Amino acid sequence: MSNNKEWPLWEVFLRSRAGLDHKHCGSLHAADGAMALQLARDVYTRRQEGVSIWVVRADHIHASDPTDKAALFDPMADKIYRHPTFYELPDEVDHM
Amino acid sequence: MYTQAMDIPNTDGPTAVPAINEQAREAEFNERAGRGEIVEAKDWMPEAYRKTLVRQISQHAHSEIVGMLPEGNWVTRAPSLKRKTILLAKIQDEGGHGLYLYAAAETLGTSRDQMLDALHTGKAKYSSIFNYPTLTWADIGVIGWLVDGAAIMNQVPLCRCSYGPYARAMVRICKEESFHQRQGFDLLLALSKGSEAQRAMMQDAVNRWWWPVLMMFGPHDKDSQNSELSMKWGIKRISNDELRQQFVDATMPQGELLGVTFPDPDLRYNEARGHYDFGAIDWSEFWNVVNGHGPCNKERLQARVDAWEEGAWVREAALAHARKQAARVAAAAA
Repeated sequence: MSNNKEWPLWEVFLRSRAGLDHKHCGSLHAADGAMALQLARDVYTRRQEGVSIWVVRADHIHASDPTDKAALFDPMADKIYRHPTFYELPDEVDHM
Repeated sequence: MYTQAMDIPNTDGPTAVPAINEQAREAEFNERAGRGEIVEAKDWMPEAYRKTLVRQISQHAHSEIVGMLPEGNWVTRAPSLKRKTILLAKIQDEGGHGLYLYAAAETLGTSRDQMLDALHTGKAKYSSIFNYPTLTWADIGVIGWLVDGAAIMNQVPLCRCSYGPYARAMVRICKEESFHQRQGFDLLLALSKGSEAQRAMMQDAVNRWWWPVLMMFGPHDKDSQNSELSMKWGIKRISNDELRQQFVDATMPQGELLGVTFPDPDLRYNEARGHYDFGAIDWSEFWNVVNGHGPCNKERLQARVDAWEEGAWVREAALAHARKQAARVAAAAA
């Protein structure tokens, strides 16, 4: 069974209701985008889980490398001044 | 259980002994998994962890897909339109569950075709329970109540499994599975309020399914290979015997409500233990079914192979169409 006979993999993103972001919910195989949308509708919205669907070819996603996790994200750990709670203000203005 | 793969001797051959620096990484991994940390698809993981997961998740997926067959047997003969639509929805769910699980396994670097090939050639197993026939309509109720009930017992702890993609698939599956068990009980409740013949049909179904359902949880803890490692890695959280006991305890009062008995003279509440005692399981039957000699093994596998082969032209045509469309778009843009 050669691999190029397999339908490509798609990642599925659902907007659960108007006003919310699309969120990743799963994957599926489909021959093209139209079929991926149809199958996503059949598989991932059987109980009204979504009002809008995005499908993206999995091989079109560029992802950060888990081994870079520390280099990418640790520098933010000591930047507490980026958070509002860092600033202690007088009681009179503390709801700012 | 749907995850019986864990308890069945491994035919993949031994995993190579890792090099020294791998061993240090592995020790660190084991410690992290032990602390309950979640592992994601692209994280480093020991080869044995990956293999164990591919095996368990793919065989779990096969069980969902093969599990559609015994129920499909009753779609055209469901006694009312309401029961038929419920059954169709349930079977469609099982197909969806198979998809979620195949997708989770694919994140570990195996392909869909490889997994299906393993199923079709008999290399991969699926749950022993689907090798029993569905002889009457009551069987459909008992599958929902007992088979799906047992599956839920096993699957709820898997929602906390250390492998993220598997755990997320299980969360979705467990939400949907609860409908499956309730519709089965509802179906049986209707039979329990019916005629003498309907009650007898329900009792007969319980008699036939009870022992195979208890076998779903897999061999006793003392005979269960791989269990210890799976526990250490956080793939498995509760042992086979504990789950089986939980299931029996939960089921007894439900059986009383339906007015059915269970085919086990040793089944009784043990005050001292605070649990139900039950009789010895015939493990020779279990291994016989696992090894391909159950009442429906050949029929089930043949049905899967036929569906795959007869669908080949559809898969090929869809791919050819997609390629032709893409080429047209590219030519128009050039």
